Amino acid sequence: MSQPIVSQKTYLLVFLGLVVLTILTTGVAFIDLGPFNTVAALAIAFTKMMLVILFFMGVRHSSGLVRIILVAGFFWLALLIAFTTADYRTRYWTSAPESWSTTAPPTHP
Amino acid sequence: MSTATLEPRVHAQRNYLNDDYGWKSWLFTLDHKRIALLYLVSITFFFVIGGSFAVLMRIHLVEPGGALVQPETYNKLFTLHGIVMIFFFLIPSIPAVLGNFLVPLMVGARDLAFPRLNLLSWYIYIVGGLFTLYSAIAGGVDTGWTFYTPYSSTYSNTQVTAVAIGVFITGFSSILTGLNFIVTIHKMRAPGLTWFRMPLFLWAMYATSIIMVLGTPVLAITIFLLALEHLFHVGIFSPALGGDPLLFQHLFWFYSHPAVYIMILPAMGVVSEIIACFARKRIFGYKIVAFSSVAIAVLGFLVWGHHMFVTGQSVYAGLIFSLLSFLVAIPSAIKVFNWTSTLYKGSISYEAPMLYALGFIGLFTMGGLTGLFLASLATDVHLNGTYFIVAHFHYIMVGGAVMGYLGGIHFWWPKISGRKYPNGWAALAAAIIFIGFNLTFFPQFILGYLGMPRRYAFYPAEFQVLNVMSSAGATVLGVGYLIPLVYLIWSMRYGPIAEPNPWGATGLEWKTSSPPPTENFAEIPVVTEEAYAYAPEEAAGD
Amino acid sequence: MIETEAQAQHAGLAHQFEDLEQQQDADALGIWIFLVTEIMFFGGLFAAYAIYRWLYFPAFQGGSHILDIRLGAANTIVLLASSLTMALAVRSAQAGHRRSLLLFLAATVILGGIFLGVKAVEYNQKFVEHVVPSLDWAPEGQTLARLTPGGLEHAQIYFFFYFAMTGLHALHMIIGVGLLLWLVLRARKGDFNPHYFAPVEVVGLYWHFVDIVWIFLFPLLYLIGGRY
Repeated sequence: MSQPIVSQKTYLLVFLGLVVLTILTTGVAFIDLGPFNTVAALAIAFTKMMLVILFFMGVRHSSGLVRIILVAGFFWLALLIAFTTADYRTRYWTSAPESWSTTAPPTHP
Repeated sequence: MSTATLEPRVHAQRNYLNDDYGWKSWLFTLDHKRIALLYLVSITFFFVIGGSFAVLMRIHLVEPGGALVQPETYNKLFTLHGIVMIFFFLIPSIPAVLGNFLVPLMVGARDLAFPRLNLLSWYIYIVGGLFTLYSAIAGGVDTGWTFYTPYSSTYSNTQVTAVAIGVFITGFSSILTGLNFIVTIHKMRAPGLTWFRMPLFLWAMYATSIIMVLGTPVLAITIFLLALEHLFHVGIFSPALGGDPLLFQHLFWFYSHPAVYIMILPAMGVVSEIIACFARKRIFGYKIVAFSSVAIAVLGFLVWGHHMFVTGQSVYAGLIFSLLSFLVAIPSAIKVFNWTSTLYKGSISYEAPMLYALGFIGLFTMGGLTGLFLASLATDVHLNGTYFIVAHFHYIMVGGAVMGYLGGIHFWWPKISGRKYPNGWAALAAAIIFIGFNLTFFPQFILGYLGMPRRYAFYPAEFQVLNVMSSAGATVLGVGYLIPLVYLIWSMRYGPIAEPNPWGATGLEWKTSSPPPTENFAEIPVVTEEAYAYAPEEAAGD
Repeated sequence: MIETEAQAQHAGLAHQFEDLEQQQDADALGIWIFLVTEIMFFGGLFAAYAIYRWLYFPAFQGGSHILDIRLGAANTIVLLASSLTMALAVRSAQAGHRRSLLLFLAATVILGGIFLGVKAVEYNQKFVEHVVPSLDWAPEGQTLARLTPGGLEHAQIYFFFYFAMTGLHALHMIIGVGLLLWLVLRARKGDFNPHYFAPVEVVGLYWHFVDIVWIFLFPLLYLIGGRY
């Protein structure tokens, strides 16, 4: 695919970076950051993913079309998660009209 | 003028049909044209099966108490009718038959990008179909094609797992087809064929393929989870465990709504080709129509919640989905206006393909407009679960997609088979189908408005007249569908030999012989003109 | 032995393409689109997981503590290493080094095998602890104590996701190992050269994708906080 040959050293450095991030994310799980535990874990995972995509999968040198396709894939997944979550998070903002409900909705966070 | 080689009109010229003989040359073919014919035969078979279920349902419904079957059986009939028609007829129809045949020809290539994946996708389709047939023979499924949980996952004791496997497998057929089309259109266009010189059918195939590739995998995982839950009696959709049945619906409709655009976009592409040819005019607003196809594909993913307005979904989510559902109507309306503008002051001839295309425009518009009643939250509360919905989607799926499919088959039949069919019979069939269709489904709008629920094996006596009308219409419609089956098969042996370009249409597929040689073109053509370069004085025939 | 560009072209060019470059472009585009379908396929599971984790966080946390975090972390590093060797394998093919190509492919297979072996050990452990939904759900002792606060039924949902997600991932790994073995066979025959190594690249991309799925599965299943 007429891409430049990446040096073995680059790959090795990326791998080491990934190992460091793995150890980091495991360690952070033992620290109480409240809701930020999840944020940290996802941020680190996202970083690891970008390293694999850009370096191991060669997207650093790839065509714009490949990048658009990748972005589209993640964007579509984000749509699925966002719209579905939106239903759950807003479902109990209003209670059902008296005449419809036979039991109260379950309590939720 | 493009500089492709014209094949001489000699009978028994070497072409893809007579290039090789024997069952192996068909079942192991890599030629996209032969694979298209394999699909044509298979989907016709499933259309007959799905249609038979419909006939049984309409016979049953001539009496308020049900005339034919037990309610449990009736539930199985409408379920299998839906599953077979949607997954095994409508979704593959135009893409797998006309798309497979035409995409390489229209881009000026010798085949699709991945011919072996193409054959694999047909085999996957057949295996999925066999699972579904097995489930029908082994007792059927009664959950509705929508497989709502927890009935499908926990309480139904019908062949849910078998049919879920069938649908799961068939989804991959769709994915591979879409993947093939996207790569072919991106990478294999002939020299000079820029994006905005492509026929609109290719834009439609491209937009459809985007939906197939992004949406079908979500159906696959959802059906997979459903099968797991049905098999192991534990899962994420059962309230007993704290699961939410609505989650199934979200995941299911995330695919199944865009799926309806998989069914209609190709038909719209066909209509663009037919209208341009039989009005002898370039499609009005070519770029807008192209962008509208992509817009429908994208916006179509944002509206799935309109199937869940009355399920207990968040009212706020409902609001957003309702608004977006109104928006997605706009690009479809734009296309209808553009086709109409194309017809205006065009030089119109009423061959069979044009009759189907004109029928499409009228019926699709009715189906689309009635969708707006359903997109509106308040009216949907009244109309949901009634025959209004049934009528709405049949106007689009049958009045739209099936008529588009038949129009396309008739338009490209000379290219595919090298023969012409009898015009008189074709026009008659189109008329019978149009009349039968409206007689079948228009009464259902009224029934729905009056409150007759869908998926019920019986109904209040006051609805009988309309139901009988609908069933009578179904008979007419059935006859209408049988007629082309007869004369198209007849024409393959006895029809007059077709020239390379019997309609005088533009497009690279008409620049090669009818039928084309296996390698499509003697030389890869070079494109130098815009799409639909119909000169006003050009007459039909080349 | 393929020496000239012309021979290389002749060797691997399919009839529907004009030249090797068009074929390679098409192959690359094809695999990326396929990976997008895989994003949506796993994505559906992730979406469902996200909903239930939000609804039943205590149960998910409790379930997560039953998992062996050290095994999970070690396995993650094993899989990342296999991605390294896979990238090096593709590089070898690109550079025309047949021996190192075979070496790195074999290393990837071995590391993949180790990952699957560890997963088998972990699955077995779940049976020992009786936390397998439907097949063996009878948590007791300390396991039961960990799961009760979040609700036992909701904990079953967590473990359903555990098995569904890691199971689907493992299935993809097994397919990947199969593809790698096929590549080894072809590489031994000398099928690949700097002008034609698309199959190696395609399998490589698939392998990295499966690795990325695990990069997310590990924190989402094993690291749901509260281990303090």
